[in-house]
Amino acid sequence: MLKRGFALLGAGCLAALVAAAPAFAQKTKVTLYTALENDQLGPFKQIIEAAVPEADIVWVRDSTGVITARFLAEKDNPRADMVFGLAVTSLILFEKQGLLETYEPKGVDKLRPQFRDGTPPYTWTGMDAFVSVVCFNTAEAAKGNVKAPTSWKDLTGPEYKGKIVMPHPASSGTGYLAVAAWLQIMGEAEGWKFMDGLHENIGVYTHSGSAPCVQAAKGERMVGIGFDMRGAREKSQGAPLELILPKEGAGWDMEATSIVKGTKNLAIAKQIADWGASKQASELYSKYYALVADPTVRNLPTNYPATAEQAMVKNDFAWMAENRDRILAEWSKRYESKAAPK
Amino acid sequence: MSVATVPLPVIAQRVSREAWVARAGVILLVAWLVLSIALPLWALLSKSFQNANGEFIGVANYLRYFSTPSLFNSIFNSVGVAIATTVIVIPLAFVYAYALTRTRMRFKGLFYAAAMLPLFAPSLLSAISLIYLFGNQGLLKGLMFGSSIYGANGIIVAQVFYCFPHALIIAVTALALADARLYEVADALGTRKSRIFRTVTLPGAKFGLINAAFVVFTLVVTDFGIAKVIGGQFNVLATDAYKQVVGQQNFEMGAVVGMVLLVPAVLAFVIDRMVQRRQVALLSARAVPLEPKQNRPRDAALMVYCLVIGGILVGVLGTAIWASFITYWPYNLTPTLKNYDFANFDPGGWSPYFTSIWMATLAAVFGTGIVFTGAYVVEKTRVMPGGRMIAHLLAMLPMAVPGLVLGLGYVFFVNARWNPLGFLYGTLAVLVINSIAHFYTVAHITSLTALKQIDPEFESVSASLKVPFWRTFARVTVPICWPAILDIAIYIFVNALTTVSAVIFLYGPDTKLAAIAIVHMDEMGASAAAAGMATMIVFTALGAKLLQLLLDRLLFTRLQAWRKR
Repeated sequence: MLKRGFALLGAGCLAALVAAAPAFAQKTKVTLYTALENDQLGPFKQIIEAAVPEADIVWVRDSTGVITARFLAEKDNPRADMVFGLAVTSLILFEKQGLLETYEPKGVDKLRPQFRDGTPPYTWTGMDAFVSVVCFNTAEAAKGNVKAPTSWKDLTGPEYKGKIVMPHPASSGTGYLAVAAWLQIMGEAEGWKFMDGLHENIGVYTHSGSAPCVQAAKGERMVGIGFDMRGAREKSQGAPLELILPKEGAGWDMEATSIVKGTKNLAIAKQIADWGASKQASELYSKYYALVADPTVRNLPTNYPATAEQAMVKNDFAWMAENRDRILAEWSKRYESKAAPK
Repeated sequence: MSVATVPLPVIAQRVSREAWVARAGVILLVAWLVLSIALPLWALLSKSFQNANGEFIGVANYLRYFSTPSLFNSIFNSVGVAIATTVIVIPLAFVYAYALTRTRMRFKGLFYAAAMLPLFAPSLLSAISLIYLFGNQGLLKGLMFGSSIYGANGIIVAQVFYCFPHALIIAVTALALADARLYEVADALGTRKSRIFRTVTLPGAKFGLINAAFVVFTLVVTDFGIAKVIGGQFNVLATDAYKQVVGQQNFEMGAVVGMVLLVPAVLAFVIDRMVQRRQVALLSARAVPLEPKQNRPRDAALMVYCLVIGGILVGVLGTAIWASFITYWPYNLTPTLKNYDFANFDPGGWSPYFTSIWMATLAAVFGTGIVFTGAYVVEKTRVMPGGRMIAHLLAMLPMAVPGLVLGLGYVFFVNARWNPLGFLYGTLAVLVINSIAHFYTVAHITSLTALKQIDPEFESVSASLKVPFWRTFARVTVPICWPAILDIAIYIFVNALTTVSAVIFLYGPDTKLAAIAIVHMDEMGASAAAAGMATMIVFTALGAKLLQLLLDRLLFTRLQAWRKR
């Protein structure tokens, strides 16, 4: 009784504080969980709100792994209305746990086949794809007379010791797709052997998937294992960067949208999902990604590596989703408990 | 007879009404402290003994923690960098403080101000600066002789910068008071200077130095920002807690790391208390304050020392400010303002900055009100002694609780299924309450010190004049204590603005703070924009401090005229 009285009292005091937040009239707040890059969120919000005027978009953004973990941790009491721009491997995982609403947005039949959820129930729709690349700083390499790598295997050479950065696969989608691709193209045993060698050369595993190419671009490290568009952007800003697609092929992942089961804003979420599958949406995606859902939209940015689309490996998303936990556990057993490089 | 008895019940009634108000005050205060400090810590403790479904599983989480080398190695890492930092920063700060208090060096005020600068920046600013200075593309990379700034080295150097003012404040206080008679006697006996230093100066400052060492040690162990930015693959407890909770949503393991983090902090706190108890009053009533004598070679040497140290402190801060105006480090050094267009780096754009100011203002206003009124209730009322003692103990608790641990506790407390306050999750209110709790102790002690200086006669006189105590509080106590109140408000404001560790777990989609935006921008590699946001925080915090000095000068010289004859 007393305790409850205190709680109410406290709540009363706090209500005054909470009320201080500005209120928006007639717009419904829709919470979108995303792993899109920070600089994309502003424009996306603007355009989605123009297309769906009732919506007031609130982004919750973090790295792929973090958003995935957060979504799973909140599964009893979901705080997101939609997932907008998250690796499809994560969405397949959510679908398996029954956390996604079954809904097929209007116009998905016009999209590339691999951008549609092929197995019922229909829960996700692809937006864009991104590809692993090696960002290689030519200015730094020239100082040490280091040759550019042409294959993944080259990166295990002694000349790259301590000079490579890659994203942590547990927290970054870019990191996981690289690891998953190595295991798929080299086979499990070979793949882990390759990563053992690579680990010797890694300077740091970053939290974000953008950081490696940014660090390589600034010469803070010589080689960054990142993704295509970030590399192209940094190069266009004047960084002495070469974007290399290793000859074994490159991993890739797709970002997709989905509605969260149990959302209170289902009607608006459906409108946003419809918009996400539209041509207008693909045009927006194509400002940031080379390969987007609508096959008629194509807009390669400057400095985009020409061979990216050919280099994309045959990717088994279901395999990537199913084995995610196992691969990450193995990865952290091998590389996380090792002493820090001096 | 009837004439004599009639007024009595009226007085009794009035007195009892006043007592009831005082009792209500004590109860409210205890309730607030339990809610904002004790329960979150309890939530953290109980979480560490539960599994993901909230069932009690005993010490299983702890067993798992201590059987995973990658986790418990962080304890050694954390303690190692903390000891290294303490060993470096205490002598540095001591000599600096010696120059400020025991010499006739010029520009003391300026040197003191320079040394205080790191207090106005988030801790990670020094780490960002160090990367620009000593990173693989750093300006002064040559000085590293091939070794890397990422890892333990970088953490230690950045922590020295961040902890310096904290150590200096304590060292200055310890050295400021000294009995000149001791030095005169020593001189008269012909004691050598080095011996005087060893036998008089050092013992006098001993307790201050021990205190400073513990403060620094705790700061380093529990700081999150620096290790996050410059730690590389060097794991420490604070970053582990972040990885477990934010990165893997493994709340139980996060709670264990939080409890582990609490150990060194509480240990330091307890040892410090024990040491302080042994301290005897240095200054008897007959003591003569020490006036430093002229000693040109000594003063010149120490001035050079202060110039070097002060210069480094200003330089590190300056590096971050300068870096925020660089177009594309290190290939395009043209100055630009585009790094301040935060919308290009963070979805919130400038809004985290304004959220931070709003949050810090609310924390300062509400916090000062709650803490000062609370301290008045504890110190000046005479009801419910047990309740007031509990309130005092709870108010002293946050001193021993690192911000990161308190923040973790808040996450578990607010998210607990049984908690009716769950709606607060991610709101500005929870950030404000957390900040008030985090900085409660220092504000509480400041209030008590100010209140103790006021003669309790005021209360007795008011009581005999039948003035209720709240009127005395409003009309007498608060006006007298204005400088202290303003000091508390600015203290809370500046700290709420710069803290990262307490709020990193607590912000919601609408309530991202500037300090968190810095972490995120740095994480994705936008270090220039991160430096820009840090610069904005520094200038805002400095602005608040200057405002305080100005108000002190302009307004309070009038309000406080009574202090002079």
